Amino acid sequence: MEKFVTHIGKAIPLNRNNVDTDAIIPKQYLKSIKRTGFGPFLFDDWRYNTPGDLDIDVSTREINSEFVLNQDAYQGGSVLLARENFGCGSSREHAVWALTDYGIRAVIAPTFADIFFNNSFKNGLLPVILADEVMDELFSAAEQGEEITIDLPTQEVRAAGKAWEFEIDPFRKHCLLEGLDDIGLTLQKADKIKTYEAQRKQTAPWLFN
Amino acid sequence: MGGKTLYDKLWDIHLVDTDENGASLIYIDRHLVHEVTSPQAFEGLRMANRLPWKLNANLAVADHNVPTTADRVNGIKDPISKAQVDALDANCDEFGITEFKMNDLRQGIVHVVGPEQGATLPGMTVVCGDSHTATHGAFGSLAFGIGTSEVEHVLATQCLVQKKSKSMLVRVDGNVGAGVTAKDIVLAIIGEIGTAGGTGYAIEFAGEAIEALSMEGRMTVCNMAIEGGARAGMVAVDQTTIDYVKGRPYGPTDEQWEQAVAEWRTLHSDADAEFDKVVELNGADIQPQVTWGTSPEMVVPVDTVVPNPDEEADSVKAEGMRKALAYMDLQAGTPIDQISVDKVFIGSCTNSRIEDLRAAADVAKGRKVADNIKLALVVPGSGLVKQQAEAEGLDKVFVEAGFEWREPGCSMCLAMNADRLEPGERCASTSNRNFESRQGKGGRTHLVSPAMAAAAAVNGHFVDVRSI
Ligand code: SF4
Repeated sequence: MEKFVTHIGKAIPLNRNNVDTDAIIPKQYLKSIKRTGFGPFLFDDWRYNTPGDLDIDVSTREINSEFVLNQDAYQGGSVLLARENFGCGSSREHAVWALTDYGIRAVIAPTFADIFFNNSFKNGLLPVILADEVMDELFSAAEQGEEITIDLPTQEVRAAGKAWEFEIDPFRKHCLLEGLDDIGLTLQKADKIKTYEAQRKQTAPWLFN
Repeated sequence: MGGKTLYDKLWDIHLVDTDENGASLIYIDRHLVHEVTSPQAFEGLRMANRLPWKLNANLAVADHNVPTTADRVNGIKDPISKAQVDALDANCDEFGITEFKMNDLRQGIVHVVGPEQGATLPGMTVVCGDSHTATHGAFGSLAFGIGTSEVEHVLATQCLVQKKSKSMLVRVDGNVGAGVTAKDIVLAIIGEIGTAGGTGYAIEFAGEAIEALSMEGRMTVCNMAIEGGARAGMVAVDQTTIDYVKGRPYGPTDEQWEQAVAEWRTLHSDADAEFDKVVELNGADIQPQVTWGTSPEMVVPVDTVVPNPDEEADSVKAEGMRKALAYMDLQAGTPIDQISVDKVFIGSCTNSRIEDLRAAADVAKGRKVADNIKLALVVPGSGLVKQQAEAEGLDKVFVEAGFEWREPGCSMCLAMNADRLEPGERCASTSNRNFESRQGKGGRTHLVSPAMAAAAAVNGHFVDVRSI
């Protein structure tokens, strides 16, 4: 997993509540059996006026120039700003893969849906929770072309000469900073898992048939 | 200190380890696998040279991509869908995981198949790379959806690293009126708490109206917990639960059955348990529900009108409502029962069980699908549900009324197969998500109960099912 330490980047202001994972990456792309290549389809229905599919070349599609991702000012953006309940709906990790493949390293929003939030950490994408009022300031900073700094070691977001602290679970922070693989960490506890199984088998043998 | 909630009990039973940072390792009893969220997980196992930790904890079935037309016995025509289903077959064969293949009678939507087979049992932790895994909480189990990295993690370790959620009790007291179903109850709950209301919580549904539900009804309610933002929804074990589980293929038998029932009877919140949040609804106030917008919280009773964003004080919310109305091509103030529909979909993991089909057939019986309806689909949740429905003659009722009777799968719930809405088409759907383009690009979805969907099909527009 790619490490996340400090990131400085241009912010893309997506001023919506309840951005769901169907909107982040529509279902036709879930047919891919790979983890990469989803970036061109990020926010597909909003980004293009003509329909798309895995086997349709995006360069042949009509762009929706109104959509924020298509505006000149936000090209190359790597921090996504959104409103409440970002990532709600389907559990598809493809939503996170689409964001990272596009080049997004962090999403900042006042609240996130749980599954999306979890999936992000597994892929080196940092979801940052900041209050509504702070979001308002970040949105206006982004609209003025200010870069945003996300400093994970100090748990700070900085923009336009101001700084705001954010919370993060210490274990997740550690994994992001080191780029650690979760499965390897859990397998270090294999003995504990085996002990649990042996005990549980005594009280609930039907689970081990 | 107060007693334990059902959630506390389930958590404690499965706790393997808690480390100094407060992250807990939770043991997973059942892992359900489908074709969309698993290929990258199997690939990960292969790349790291890892094997599944406990093979028979896994059960796989293809559901999202499978065609629902009878010609599927000859294979899947769409090459991309076929590749994904083939990948599941190949991965299950390679690793030795039990899979119900597409033309197996037991195939169906993963959340219908698990309980039907007794692969979902009370007191289990059940996970699946699918957000509607909450369905299985109806059995007094802890069930939640996971992403693909977690699918790989469960395959490799039989555990997940989790943080305990807060607990919410949603109590529906009193009884609901005739014609009001589990679907209406859960839509009313989401209307009350909002799509993010349950974020960070595990919800326990309780109260007279919930206890009165069959297991099918409880599954419908828990299924949509995620639409209220909660990863897990659950209902305490009672006699209804135990009666449903008895005799299922994967369930315990003989002495193990007695031992299991003794444990299962403890799976309820203690009388003095405290919840972080309590929400109460009165069953008698719940009317048949219809969603009007592009989020499940945008829901109203059928005898009301499309709401007006100008009356919403929160400006971001009002803007969301305007966008939804524009997308749905609806005017504020339009009576719900004047909205006509183009297609009707009865199916999905929310409402494709036998009881759902019976309720819809009751309405369809002796009536005809209205002329303006281009397609009315009935898609049973599994091969076994289909077989049962056919034994009861429900397929004939539907076909005589002008519905199409299909093979099991997710179908038009998310339109990954050929069943979908065309741009601008409006659908009365028994599924669980009305997001933009969920049922096909530009499609407009209204979520309703099976009886309400059938009523819309025979009338050509929404109608209060209690009036027909
Ligand atoms: S029926 Fe719909 S919601 Fe349920 S698992 Fe299939 S696609 Fe997901």
